[in-house]
Amino acid sequence: MIIPIIIIAVIIIGIFILIGIYNSLVQLRNRVQNAWSQIDVQLKRRHDLIPNLVETAKGYMKHERETLDSITQARSTAMHAQGIEAKSQAENALNGAMSKFFLVVENYPDLKANQNFLAVQEELTTTENKIAFSRQNYNDQVLFFNNKIQMFPSNIIASMFNFQLKEYFELEDQNERTVPKVDFS
Amino acid sequence: MWELIQLNKRKSLFLFFIMGITLLVLGYFIGEVWLGRDGWLAGLTIAFVIWIIMSLLSYFSGDSIILALSKAKKVDRSNYPQLYNVVEEMKIASNLPKVPEIYIIPDPAPNAFATGRTPEKSAVVVTAGLLAKLNRDELQGVIAHEISHIMNRDILFMTFSGVLLGSIVFLSHIFLRSLWFSGGNRRRNSGKSGGQLQLILMLVAILMAVLAPIMARLLYLAISRKREYLADASSVRLTRYPEGLASALEKIADNDLRLKSANQATAGLYIANPLNKKGKKLSNLSSTHPPISERVRILRNIAGGVNYLQYQKAYSLITGKHGIEGKIIPDSALKDHQAIRIKKTTSESGKEDYRQKKHTLDDLIRSLNDFSFVTCPCGLKIKIPPNFKGSRLVCPRCERYIEIPVKK
Repeated sequence: MIIPIIIIAVIIIGIFILIGIYNSLVQLRNRVQNAWSQIDVQLKRRHDLIPNLVETAKGYMKHERETLDSITQARSTAMHAQGIEAKSQAENALNGAMSKFFLVVENYPDLKANQNFLAVQEELTTTENKIAFSRQNYNDQVLFFNNKIQMFPSNIIASMFNFQLKEYFELEDQNERTVPKVDFS
Repeated sequence: MWELIQLNKRKSLFLFFIMGITLLVLGYFIGEVWLGRDGWLAGLTIAFVIWIIMSLLSYFSGDSIILALSKAKKVDRSNYPQLYNVVEEMKIASNLPKVPEIYIIPDPAPNAFATGRTPEKSAVVVTAGLLAKLNRDELQGVIAHEISHIMNRDILFMTFSGVLLGSIVFLSHIFLRSLWFSGGNRRRNSGKSGGQLQLILMLVAILMAVLAPIMARLLYLAISRKREYLADASSVRLTRYPEGLASALEKIADNDLRLKSANQATAGLYIANPLNKKGKKLSNLSSTHPPISERVRILRNIAGGVNYLQYQKAYSLITGKHGIEGKIIPDSALKDHQAIRIKKTTSESGKEDYRQKKHTLDDLIRSLNDFSFVTCPCGLKIKIPPNFKGSRLVCPRCERYIEIPVKK
């Protein structure tokens, strides 16, 4: 009499545990999704800030047409890029253009002291940081999720319901490879 | 990190019960002594009630009390964009559901703390002194540390521990005081072996009343110190830049830290002990915080990555504590062997102009006191005092006429 009761109890507990694991897998996967969209939000934010930056700098950097144009161009490319490959490349190119720009800014102390410029620069700095941190957060969430998928006992549930491993986000640091040339002539 | 939070919740509960039991035992003995035989029930009840009341009080109104006590003023994105941005960046890195509220204490001593029992309803507080002295990377390290406290649910933990400690101290205090005044027992004794038993009970009660607060306090302080190390480790994992926090701590240590609005109750929450005079090395056991020099050395000895494992290694290296005694990071967090690279410095640090910072800070204080600002097209930021009457003014630099927007 007692044995069937125990068996039923064990089964019920087992089901609850299963549900618990499944739910945490779903939660972790949603976090990964959310983190990904965060990156996108920050990238778009940077696109929006650039025209303001160019406007503010134009008055002071009258002889730097090329640098300013290359940023505007890169921004346009990035905004219209489709697909992960193209987006990734375009964002890298934009990164490069902006580093060059900030190197050139060093030669214009008046511009550096302008309040408007400083405000935009702070916004840009924070957007760059936010891009980096949201990427970092995405990778963290992917790590937690992948761990859960691969470790016992949740790997059983994961394969039962076809949870897939997620990919990490690689955004190469362009600056680590190419040293921008600054022309002081 | 997930497991860390779960572990913390479990530990809170465990500690809650341990200290709670201490409190109840204390109540038992005090009841016996005060109210005669069968007084233990009343004693227990009283202790229990004190505990519940204090818990509820602190749980529901802890935040506002602390903020009011510290004279903190709320700021947002428009007052001080850089601070807001730094906090927002850390919110993203730590996957918090929303940006914590931000407050500033107008005090020159550099310090910071976090409050709030859940990540949804939390706040980060910094002093004006901190903002003036730190650059962006250092500020970020400090904010990351505070946000780590929120993430690791330290605040919940420490609040409950603090309440328990408070209840134990309170109960012991009134008991001992009552002995002093009323001269002990005024019960009617129904004989038997009552006399001797009563004496023993009395002695035990006194012993408990004296020891319990001391033990509880030591326990509380030891836990507080451990939490600080853990928050340092978490902070570094968030920013990927140990040097930021390290140099921030150095700058902080280099100052007279005494904060006018901090006291014994709130001291544990700050990033550096606000009751410390400059340079004075408080004995380790009696401080809520580990010595700053040690924290800095550990941070600077992190090598090979900024995961919890590396922090634990650095800690053991510097303090010489290994094994159980030296365990700062719980096992669950040590399982993650992933190597996380240390970030290179941002271009901001080192180039900050002190004068510029001072201006920005002065502006902040002004805006908190109802100044308004207008930026002239020539780039000059004009500060308008609240009692200025008039619809236009002349820019002191370029002499343009500027319209002043009408205040609502």
